[in-house]
Amino acid sequence: MLAVTKAGDERIHATAEAAARRSYGKLVAFLAARTGDVAGAEDALSDAFAAALVDWSARGIPENPEAWLVAVARRRMIDAARRRRTGADAAGHLQLIAEELASETPVPDDRLLLMFACAHPAIDPGIRAPLILQTVLGFDAAAIASAFLVSPAAMGQRLVRAKSKIREAGIPFRLPERRDLGERLAAVLEATYAAFAEGWSDPAGTEIRRRNLAEEGIWLGRLVASLLPDAPEALGLLALMLYAEARRGARRNARGDYVPLAEQDPALWDAPLIDEAEALLLRAGGMGAVGRYQLEAAVQSAHVVRRRTGQADWTAIERLYDALMALTGSPVVAINRAVAVAETRGPAAGLAALDALADDARLAEYQPYWAARAGLLARSGEVERAEQAYQRAIGLEADPAVRRFLQRRRMELR
Amino acid sequence: MKYLLLIYGDEAGMLNASKEANGQMLAAYRAYSEAMTKAGAFVGGHRLQPSSAATTVRVANGKTNVLDGPYAETKEQLGGYYLIEASDLDAALSWASRCPGAAHGTVEVRPIWTM
Repeated sequence: MLAVTKAGDERIHATAEAAARRSYGKLVAFLAARTGDVAGAEDALSDAFAAALVDWSARGIPENPEAWLVAVARRRMIDAARRRRTGADAAGHLQLIAEELASETPVPDDRLLLMFACAHPAIDPGIRAPLILQTVLGFDAAAIASAFLVSPAAMGQRLVRAKSKIREAGIPFRLPERRDLGERLAAVLEATYAAFAEGWSDPAGTEIRRRNLAEEGIWLGRLVASLLPDAPEALGLLALMLYAEARRGARRNARGDYVPLAEQDPALWDAPLIDEAEALLLRAGGMGAVGRYQLEAAVQSAHVVRRRTGQADWTAIERLYDALMALTGSPVVAINRAVAVAETRGPAAGLAALDALADDARLAEYQPYWAARAGLLARSGEVERAEQAYQRAIGLEADPAVRRFLQRRRMELR
Repeated sequence: MKYLLLIYGDEAGMLNASKEANGQMLAAYRAYSEAMTKAGAFVGGHRLQPSSAATTVRVANGKTNVLDGPYAETKEQLGGYYLIEASDLDAALSWASRCPGAAHGTVEVRPIWTM
């Protein structure tokens, strides 16, 4: 008897947990979109999940767990509103929730609207990605804080402040007007990419939390691409993330040493992910509105051509960086362009392109600039200057595996 | 929701502006206020006398201190305000961006506290 009950309990826990993982963002979005109150929606939902464990143990798992959770969470929100609010404001709030209570339709998917609210221009850009991770994916502040390298208390405070801003300033939960859509979508994509990049920056995949972040970033990218299938940049970003993810395993050798892209074994790349990325990029390209993410994904595509030809398409890469340069003016793009120039026209031309950037003070602290410079100087036979540049790069690198790689390169000069 | 649009601008620039420029500005504000009223967004609003006409009051330990001048001596001063009704922040921002003052100075959008 006891064993049966225990197995039943485990099943209920598993169902509640699965519902939590699968439905969390959808339920937060649904409740928040109707009240403007993200924090209130989160609190009500966490109460509802706790109630589910008790109620489902006693009475079994309901036919539609999501609907059950929403019904309980709404009741909690109504109770909370009654306690907290007075007068006309409360009446409006209660009516909003009550209207929804009457309907029997399945819970609509408002997650994209929630993402647009979180990435609204009135929200501080630095907190948009963490806010999306918390509200759409249910990450707690401590997990987000550790991934973004800030203290949990500071992250918690900034998240609370951002949620209050959404409620108090009346930030809407709806698709932006057509004239604003491009710019607003760019903010959503930027936050999504920031989540992915935080995970990607742990190349060894040793930190589970960060590794999850890259996967969640892709999950968000898939969500946006599926909800806005006609937005070429949404497809471009998803493609870009899939290309990068496909090479995760090839970035380290068996000893845990860093392997640069040019020396990676294409057999270690994840072929299905690359194929999916190529198909997405093709579809996006057919829509006739090129943007940053499509161009960056196209660079990746020109790199993985090596799978078939044994050689990256450097001519295409240089051209794509030209276009990215015109679009962003970013010094990081300029460095990558210089590396491509070195491949198409030789190391001297690449160095000349890097020299043109030397006035940019930001580059003094930017490792890839010095690593690229060192590599090109080495290829030009300028051993002493190459050594100095490697020294700068080594001093600026935080990842021990990459540092070891640069030290080895420096040793090999003599 | 109700929002207050606070219009900040460079007072010296305004005072030194040419007659035509001033006339144009006034006409633009008139059209803006009219459009707001017709759209049902206008609740209230006024232009303010320059900050040289401002007086600040503070009460400390039962003593009232009256000082000549605005709350803060900054280059950009509050020059006027609109109280508007808007469905959400986006609607309020869209009114703020049409405000003639937004092209010269800064318009701060603040939701009204509801009791």
